Order: sequence, then C-alpha cells, then structure tokens
Amino acid sequence: MIKVLFFASFREQLNCEQLSLEEGEYSALLSELKSQLAEKGEAWREVMMSHRTLVAINQNMTRKDVTLNSGDEVAFFPPVTGG
Amino acid sequence: MISIQVEDFNPGHEYERLEGNKSSGAIVTFTGTVRDMNLGDEVGGLFLEHYPGMTEKALQEIIDEAMERWELQVVRVIHRIGQMHPGDRIVFVGVASAHRKEAFAACEFIMDYLKTRAPFWKKETTPEGDRWVDERESDQEAADRWL
Repeated sequence: MIKVLFFASFREQLNCEQLSLEEGEYSALLSELKSQLAEKGEAWREVMMSHRTLVAINQNMTRKDVTLNSGDEVAFFPPVTGG
Repeated sequence: MISIQVEDFNPGHEYERLEGNKSSGAIVTFTGTVRDMNLGDEVGGLFLEHYPGMTEKALQEIIDEAMERWELQVVRVIHRIGQMHPGDRIVFVGVASAHRKEAFAACEFIMDYLKTRAPFWKKETTPEGDRWVDERESDQEAADRWL
C-alpha cells in the first residue's frame, strides 16, 4: 500500500486530502502514478501536469522519477509560501 | 532547536536563550510578522498550513546545512501555524556565532531556504475572499544566491 497526500490549494482543488492505494492499484513509477491520477478528471489532470507541482517521497522533495515501494508516502503540493 | 506551534512566542525570551554562550560574539535574530496588505489588497487574516513531519525534517536539513557553512553555536527556528492576524508574529530565526558576519549570513540563509524549501502554505483573507498566496520569484532568487 502507498499513501498519497495533497496539501493546500491542491487539496481544495481535488477535494481530496489523502488516498490509500493497495498493491496492484498503483503504478511502479512516480511518473506513471502521475499519469494514472491525471485520468481521474480535469482538476486532477491540471495538478498532475502543472510544472509548479512539487513532489515529496517519504517527506523528501524529489524532481526525479523514482520507483514506488509499498509503505511509501507520496505528497503533491504547490510551491511553498511560509516565513 | 525547532518549534512548529500554534501559540505565539516571545522574542525577548528567545533572545535570552541565545545568550550565555561565552564563545559567541554575535547574536542575530529575525522576526517575521503578518502584514495588513498584499498585492494591493487589505489582508484581514492569514492561515498557515504545513506538512506535519516533513516540515520539521526540512527545517532540520536547512539548519544542518547552515552549521556546515558557518561556525554557529546556537540556532533557533520557530514557525507558527494556524490562524493569524495582521501584526502577529509568524516566524523567528535566531543565530549565535563567534563573529557577526557568520551570524548575519546564517540568519539570512536560513530564512531564504525556509521560504523556498519548508512545506508551509499561506492562505489570506481579503475583502475579495480567501486566496492561497503564490510563491514569489524574488524569494527563489534570494535562495539561489546561496547555491
């Protein structure tokens, strides 16, 4: 199982805070997971295809494509605006 | 030391905690507060969201990097979350070092990286309604100076 989290404007746009995907329900690569989620509708496609979208795997930001493993926490969020 | 908290903090108390290290010759602190204007609109309130767990990790990495770059005795970072209003304190960075140059640089570095790497998001209340705050190119440029 992997956990997929959405924060801030993405959470509101998608009306989704968290998804749990069981073995077989998610793709092996992050890039494939993004394409898979983009199929869920227009708002999802926008978030997944935007060049602004940031991704963290197990709470570390990544810009690379990576293999997803059971137990992973994948988070999608817009550019950060703290401070 | 890092704190992510809903409650306000006392900059005076935080300053005193940075003192008392005899090898430190310089203390630099930064306090960020909520402004009542943004992009020409009145701001009545600000909500701060974060990614629990990752926020602490990201801030620790920023502090670790600062400690590798400069010789620092004490580093303190506080960031508030939840609902805030104009004039409220949001963020505090305090650094104690042997010399002022290191202390100034480290404090600025930590703020620049915090603004571009720590998972916080601001949503502001304006007369036009609530809106998520967009990232600023100038913040990214400020962070890129340290690369």
